[in-house]
Amino acid sequence: MKARPPTALPQPDYEAPDYEERVGRVGYDFGLSRRSFVKVLGAGLLVAASVPALAQESGRRGRGGFFGSGARTVAARIHLGADGTITVLSGKVEAGQGARAELSQAAAEELRIPVSRVQMLLADTGEVPDDGMTAGSMTTPRSVPAVRRGAAAARNLLIQFACRQWQVKPHTVTVRDGQAVDAARKRSLTYADLVKSNEAATLLAQAIPRDVELTPVKEWKVLGTPVLRPNAHDIVTGAHCYPSDITRPGMLYGKILRPPAYGARLVSINLAPAKGMSGVVVARDDQFVGVAAATSFRAEKALVAIAGTARWETTPQPSSRELFDYLKQNTGGGAPQNPFAGQLAEARILRRTYHVPYIQHAPLEPRAAVAEWSDDRLTVWTGSQNPFGCRRELAQAFHLPEDRVRVIIPDFGAGFGGKHTAECAVEAARLARAAGRPVSLRWTRAEEFTWAYFRPAAAIQAEAALDAHGRIATWFFININSGPNAMDTPYAVGKKHCRFLPSKPPLRQGSYRALAATANNFAREVFLDELAALAGADPLDFRLAQLDNPRLRAVLEKAAAEFRWRERIKEKGAAIGLACGTEKGSCVAACAEVEISRAPKKIRVRRVCQAFECGAILNPANLLSQVQGAITMGLGAALREEIRFANGKILNPSFAEYLVPRFDDVPEMDVHLLDRPDLPPAGAGETPIIALAPAIANAVFRATGAPVRALPVRLAEA
Amino acid sequence: MKKPEPEVFGAHSRRTFLKSLGTVAVTAAASRAQSVAAELEKVNGEQTVGPGPVPVTLNVNGKPLKLQLEPRVTLLDALRNYSSLTGAKEGCDRAACGACTVLLDNLPIYACQKLAIEAQGHEITTVEGLAKNGRLTKVQEAFVAKDATMCGYCTPGFVMSLTALLQKNPQPSADEVRHACAGNLCRCGTQPRVLEAALQAAGVAAARTTHTEVMDYA
Ligand code: FES
Ligand code: FES
Repeated sequence: MKARPPTALPQPDYEAPDYEERVGRVGYDFGLSRRSFVKVLGAGLLVAASVPALAQESGRRGRGGFFGSGARTVAARIHLGADGTITVLSGKVEAGQGARAELSQAAAEELRIPVSRVQMLLADTGEVPDDGMTAGSMTTPRSVPAVRRGAAAARNLLIQFACRQWQVKPHTVTVRDGQAVDAARKRSLTYADLVKSNEAATLLAQAIPRDVELTPVKEWKVLGTPVLRPNAHDIVTGAHCYPSDITRPGMLYGKILRPPAYGARLVSINLAPAKGMSGVVVARDDQFVGVAAATSFRAEKALVAIAGTARWETTPQPSSRELFDYLKQNTGGGAPQNPFAGQLAEARILRRTYHVPYIQHAPLEPRAAVAEWSDDRLTVWTGSQNPFGCRRELAQAFHLPEDRVRVIIPDFGAGFGGKHTAECAVEAARLARAAGRPVSLRWTRAEEFTWAYFRPAAAIQAEAALDAHGRIATWFFININSGPNAMDTPYAVGKKHCRFLPSKPPLRQGSYRALAATANNFAREVFLDELAALAGADPLDFRLAQLDNPRLRAVLEKAAAEFRWRERIKEKGAAIGLACGTEKGSCVAACAEVEISRAPKKIRVRRVCQAFECGAILNPANLLSQVQGAITMGLGAALREEIRFANGKILNPSFAEYLVPRFDDVPEMDVHLLDRPDLPPAGAGETPIIALAPAIANAVFRATGAPVRALPVRLAEA
Repeated sequence: MKKPEPEVFGAHSRRTFLKSLGTVAVTAAASRAQSVAAELEKVNGEQTVGPGPVPVTLNVNGKPLKLQLEPRVTLLDALRNYSSLTGAKEGCDRAACGACTVLLDNLPIYACQKLAIEAQGHEITTVEGLAKNGRLTKVQEAFVAKDATMCGYCTPGFVMSLTALLQKNPQPSADEVRHACAGNLCRCGTQPRVLEAALQAAGVAAARTTHTEVMDYA
């Protein structure tokens, strides 16, 4: 490996997934023909029939896209106020994952100012550089360094400026507490002094050098510390305005007519009852029908008044009962054969199929947007992980140049990979155009559960052969439909073949927290326990014997030691399980203890011990939140969450029927965060979720003797 | 203040059959949740053109709030969309998430399940009404100090449920905290910190439920 300068940040050693490619987009087109061309299977918001085709159209390789174009100049990244305020600009969004705190720390560290002095302006496409999507755990490995480079460049400008003012050499000047200081002569200059000088414009227009020197980890004062959420005060007092709290003068409330099922087409509708209501605006473009009124109550009444007159044409749609057969049948070419079949004469062979259902992100704030037109300019406030992508979608839908669209993303009520798209913003904008006034559109929970996209379901086939020593000699692993993330096995197996086969999704599907890593890691790790059982080995020993990755070994050993795995596995009837995995440059291992009751049938997770390592820790407080949050979310996917649908209808579109973890479901948690200051920081919002479901499934297997082959984990019929 | 006669608003009373249940009772009775949702669907289906707006006076955070509301407007809708009190959030509008929790005479209720007209004559407290002269309450302070928020969309609901709990029971056990929060969902997973925050606000030593260790890799 090439030696690096000690202060340079090593690049992450993995490829970022292309999320846009995997999100089914709604192809709204309110073009000159004034028809809502919806590129989907039917009316309303429907599944992209051909996801790759849509992805090409979204222009991910063009300007912006997943990574964004970033900030070229110092001025584009940092605004220095003559009054001493320092505003850092980033296209990242804050949805609870902690970008605001971490990016503030990044700037404060390099600017040499206390973190409380940083004002962070996020995700306003009119003001900030395009830092790409907030997805794929990329804020930490990409945007934190980008902000640090901009801030370090600004600090260097202050030094240059001071040197010229004082006619001294750079080494006599240090920057601390926001001032360039010449200690010998007892003089100082601030960032505000720089801004007020007549050199300011030229200096700040300088490009940010790619190789600007960053503060080494061991000298960090702000990064690496537990900085709390900068806007917690506004959250606990209710002062913060979420997208669904935004109001604009003269604003109306919108409602959209939804089809009764996937694939339904609107044949006719009588709009007269709504049009007859005073103050109600009605808009129709082919399949798009929406209303707006001065109160949400009235808007709903107007919608109810016309919904009953709608005639729909439906087509038969797949149901969750036949989901996995359907996915297998629609891979276009069928599953490949195991290339290693029959190669090992003596081998013990195991072949299993695993099923992972569609689930919903169910962020607590459903999609919401406020749209406002003035002349031919559009401003939208919405909750999305993809501000510049939203701007692109809006521009496309209304045939506008992108610079006439401004998208502002207030800190919003979570996304988990579920808010990469702009459909709600487009709908609000369509209504606002019809009304000639700002319109707020807030999806209901039922709309969010039905017309937002889902984490893809997966059918996974795994086949392995154990050699005479009980080691994995061949490994064959096929993921149908959900994706390739974390599909490769981290174990040192003899020969392997891992493949992802896209299928024809029956529901609109897209990204999720760690996306397909949740499915692939589940299947691999429960399969491993079945293999360990076949080999007659302890699941921990079985894994360690075939695990070379030192980082993954470290977390696995740590979790096992803290959980006292080796002692507890000897206890009779121990209802414990473990699992590990690596994804996006970080490593996780979890041990879980469950309690099983037979009547009523219930699995309760009593305790989770998880070790996680994501390189150098930027903010241990926020990291802990992410890991705890991932454990709780993973618990839902492990035990309860599952979208059921029949003939195009979602059968459980509410929190009463789609069960997410409740307060007393949350287990006792032991979290161990391993700090590796010698490694570049990797994102942490996703990977901590991937070990939990298999650890729980393995605990149920150990307790009941019945292997688990599907999520959510169900107790076998006794 | 005279409370409106229920029969005048006959069609609305269905929606309020939950009124006697606090947030805890509603969701703790998980089996009932489905019938709640079904009931609400039915009521929503019955929406026809009803009586127009009527004057309504709510006592919110110690101040009278005079509004013109259709009789079927919920307390949550009235607070959020007819005045600018957006602290109570809407997460489901179906008595299932607790984001809309407010206090009605010091008891936590789901504001999405209460008609505004029925809330007349009661003292309503929203999250905006807790801090006095910019001073956070103990519960709010503890939420900040314990980093018990992530996206924070659930936070006002939790803060209200716990404020009510501590008024009634200043020294709750961890289980009593869990019970008080049974009707509040958090998708981000702040529950361990919320528990710690609640116990800190009550000045109760926290039983260890979450253990965390940052270890240096040698
Ligand atoms: S909005 Fe009232 S309980 Fe969810
Ligand atoms: S903090 Fe996001 S839902 Fe609780």
